[in-house]
Amino acid sequence: MAKASPRPLKQQFRPGDRVRVMEAYPLGHVRTPFYIRGKTGMVERLCGAFPNPEELAQMRDGLPAQPLYRVRFRQKDVWPDYRGGPDDVLEVEIYQHWLEKP
Amino acid sequence: MNDPGPYRPLTYFQLMEISLRELLVEKAVVTEEELADEVEAMRKRGYERGARVVARAWVDRDYKQRLLANGTKACEELGLEVPALKLLVVENTPEVHNAIVCTLCSCYPRMLLGIPPEWYKSRNYRSRMVREPRAVLAEFGLEIAERVAIRVHDSTADMRYLVLPMRPSETEGWSEERLASLVTRDCMIGVAVPKA
Repeated sequence: MAKASPRPLKQQFRPGDRVRVMEAYPLGHVRTPFYIRGKTGMVERLCGAFPNPEELAQMRDGLPAQPLYRVRFRQKDVWPDYRGGPDDVLEVEIYQHWLEKP
Repeated sequence: MNDPGPYRPLTYFQLMEISLRELLVEKAVVTEEELADEVEAMRKRGYERGARVVARAWVDRDYKQRLLANGTKACEELGLEVPALKLLVVENTPEVHNAIVCTLCSCYPRMLLGIPPEWYKSRNYRSRMVREPRAVLAEFGLEIAERVAIRVHDSTADMRYLVLPMRPSETEGWSEERLASLVTRDCMIGVAVPKA
């Protein structure tokens, strides 16, 4: 039997919180799209906690699990020249270690 | 004649796939039959499973609430096994239209919709759907009114998404089965809406 998994990391953000995606460009397998880095949005929900995919890609266990959020961005905040209504939004799943307070 | 015609040598990843598959068979981790069965099962899976889920949500208000609260559990209620699928169902309303994309690769709720269409995996769809969704939807023949907000879901990590379209108003009294026949794959990706 594998040893007991460590508890997931503590949830730092709540639905409704404003968050900014870190503007970082590490190498490796990263599941934070380039176009959303540095952008500010709002936490829509907590999706649960999952092993960190950046670690899994290196054949490590990815534990403790990282809280994963759905973050909602206004299209106009992502693309300044966006053509469409002011209420058009984009929702992206972002792991906690990619988020900071704006 | 040196013209090799349409012949192309195997790519690096094709070679990797064949090597890995042959090794797994050689080491008796899987058999050729099991592999063939799995491929066949994957090919046979169509979007009808997703359509069943949508039709049930249209006729059963309580089921719809459970589906929106926990998509994976609600699918299991219908006997649909969705392993490795954390399903988020997003509901279209008169105010909001939802659409799904995976900009990083081609994440897709295969257990409910089958194998994704080629265009879903194309660089064109993946890059433009987050950037100019209204233009992309118009190319699918779907004009969304200005007053309706578009919510694009980028399937970047562990969740999979299914759009719950609006039930067409002319379908009063229809059976669940007949309703399901209106629900196409594209409706559940959000690039079309069902029509009675």
